[in-house]
Amino acid sequence: MADNDITLTGRKRPLETLVKGALFLSSLLAIAVTIGIVMSMAFETWLFFKQVSIWDFLFGLEWSPQTAIRADQVGSSGSFGAVPLITGTLLISGIAMLVAAPVGLISAIYLAEYASLRVRSYAKPLLEILAGIPSVVYGFFAALVVAPFIRMTGGQLGLGVASESALAAGLVMGVMIIPLISSLSDDVINAVPNSLREASLGMGATQAETIKNVIVPAAVPGIAGSFLLAASAAIGETMIVVMAAGLAANLTANPLEAVTTVTAQIVALLTGDQEFDSAKTLSAFALGLLLFITTLFLNVIAMRIVNKYREQYE
Amino acid sequence: MSKMFTSAEKHLKSRHRAELRFRWMGRLAILFSLGFLTIMLFSIIMLGKGALNRAEIALPIDLSIEHVDPSDIEATSFSKLVRNALFEAFPEVTDRGERRRLLGLVSANAQYELKDQILETPSLLGQVQTLWLTASDDIDLYEKGEVDITLPQDQRRLKDLEISWLKTFEANGQLRSVFNKAFFTSGDSREPELAGILSALIGSILSLTICFVLSFPLGIMAAIYLEEFSKKSYWSDFIEVNINNLAAVPSIVFGLLGLSIFLGVFGLPRSSPLVGGMVLALMTLPTIIIASRAALRSVPGSIREAALGMGATQVQSTFHHVMPLAMPGMLTGSIVGMARALGETAPLLMIGMVAFIVDLPQGFTDAATTLPVQVFLWADSPERAFLEKTSAAILVLLSLLIVMNIAAIVLRKKFERRY
Repeated sequence: MADNDITLTGRKRPLETLVKGALFLSSLLAIAVTIGIVMSMAFETWLFFKQVSIWDFLFGLEWSPQTAIRADQVGSSGSFGAVPLITGTLLISGIAMLVAAPVGLISAIYLAEYASLRVRSYAKPLLEILAGIPSVVYGFFAALVVAPFIRMTGGQLGLGVASESALAAGLVMGVMIIPLISSLSDDVINAVPNSLREASLGMGATQAETIKNVIVPAAVPGIAGSFLLAASAAIGETMIVVMAAGLAANLTANPLEAVTTVTAQIVALLTGDQEFDSAKTLSAFALGLLLFITTLFLNVIAMRIVNKYREQYE
Repeated sequence: MSKMFTSAEKHLKSRHRAELRFRWMGRLAILFSLGFLTIMLFSIIMLGKGALNRAEIALPIDLSIEHVDPSDIEATSFSKLVRNALFEAFPEVTDRGERRRLLGLVSANAQYELKDQILETPSLLGQVQTLWLTASDDIDLYEKGEVDITLPQDQRRLKDLEISWLKTFEANGQLRSVFNKAFFTSGDSREPELAGILSALIGSILSLTICFVLSFPLGIMAAIYLEEFSKKSYWSDFIEVNINNLAAVPSIVFGLLGLSIFLGVFGLPRSSPLVGGMVLALMTLPTIIIASRAALRSVPGSIREAALGMGATQVQSTFHHVMPLAMPGMLTGSIVGMARALGETAPLLMIGMVAFIVDLPQGFTDAATTLPVQVFLWADSPERAFLEKTSAAILVLLSLLIVMNIAAIVLRKKFERRY
């Protein structure tokens, strides 16, 4: 009979403990990956800074990472000044933001405030398609269609345009990040309480005035967050710049000239033959770490802002 | 009084105009994006549709016994057969340089095609047979009308001499266009007319398999822990910040991780779908965790309470009741993550999947490439004929993405529940 006794204290379930442990461990994976990223790059970067001073890397104005095979070769030292890459990255991402910020924000406003439910149900997924297209496709289009078009137009206007201009890469990248801005901004605009809208309209403001003077100011933190996330994506974008921006490390602010970026250089340094421990290969990891830190910084700030903003209206 | 009224009316008019302008700006902004999308897709389709066909040239080939020994077909010089057939088609061409150009009309692969045709139907042997052979890439472009013959001769690859030969072929019905099966059934090649996407497609499938096998279980397990078991604390917040940040880390950084840890420390095989899939899994993991957490959150608390109330343990309640209800949402999120992984190029360049792959990869550790990397490689090729291959490969990639996304939408529609 004792077997059928009902016991109210829980039976020991070793399997469940095991399952819980496994679940906990897999949740740690995200942290492990972050640590892995930092460790892998930090180690190689440390080796790199043993050969090239950090000062030369961060503030050097010349980038030509060839290290010599023979010691007496001309330019044998190779110079690793990252400034032209950083300015190139900023130039292209800047152009991209000049396209994406207004178009994305205005699209979001139109979708959230004006569009009928029907229009919205078509336009929103269509915009999302832009984000779903692989960046290699944008790169191909930029190199094949947009860059020659800009070159031709520039030629007719009497401007000398490089065949791999920063403008072409930036414009196409801008289109790619429009949905990042439009969908997040759309969310934050929708989260602005209706009472604000009604109060403004009730005072006789037109819809456009309500949007400009009430809704957008109320949503500014969220919009700023979406801009930062888009900028972070633009800085980290690789394929478009590899295919359409080229490898010439020019220190210039002219969008019609060819520039190169941090990501394009990482690809150039690490594809093809490479020897480990050469300054050339190691410099790619230093660039990678720079990229990781920059985007981490932007992402964390952006997410902070967006979360704070969400709490404000909840 | 009336004066003030008219000024206010005037002001009102300009305010309404401003309203209208603002509305149109919104429409224009959306039209700009959609217009760009349309132009991009349209130009890629126009460029890529040519890759579905390829040109073939019919040549009367002398397969009589003195040229091919039926008892020992392997010993035949098939290139000689093709060469003789071409020379006989234009007996007036005697100059060595011109004869070489004549040989350039057919693909470098023509001799193997001939061999395959003979091995397949040995009854062809013994007489002169007219057989179709793949034309070279320049002829292919000509046949598709993509060679501008009005240009001066030195500005095009195809010269007047070749064109005169082709005109003869055309007049005799010896030039035709057929469905380019090879594009879907063969690997990469230096010759554009022979290059296909199958090896890249297999590479993509192998990498995605690894990616899914790793990231799906780990992703939902992490999501279950965070959503169902962990208590809100600084620790769980820290994990959450980590996950959100990983979702926004540039993909090339994951490639660097793969290069230095998977290849450098663990010594896994370079260029292999195994490492490619592992890198893609790390990238996809945050997407799956975020989507799975949202799916778990949408399962109402009453389900959990009912299960716990009936005496189930927390693990039982989660795995028997909550997880099945959240599964469609988790799968949807995973498919979206997989679709993104399928289009990823940059991290795979870092781990050396940017290789010239002719043979089809046989396993997870063979050197392979993937569809988007193939697009990148072909886009870099100087031959004009690779342009349509690149575009066609993009179209195949986009079709796969569309299929995956439709699958996700159907799944969501079918299993969507409102509580």
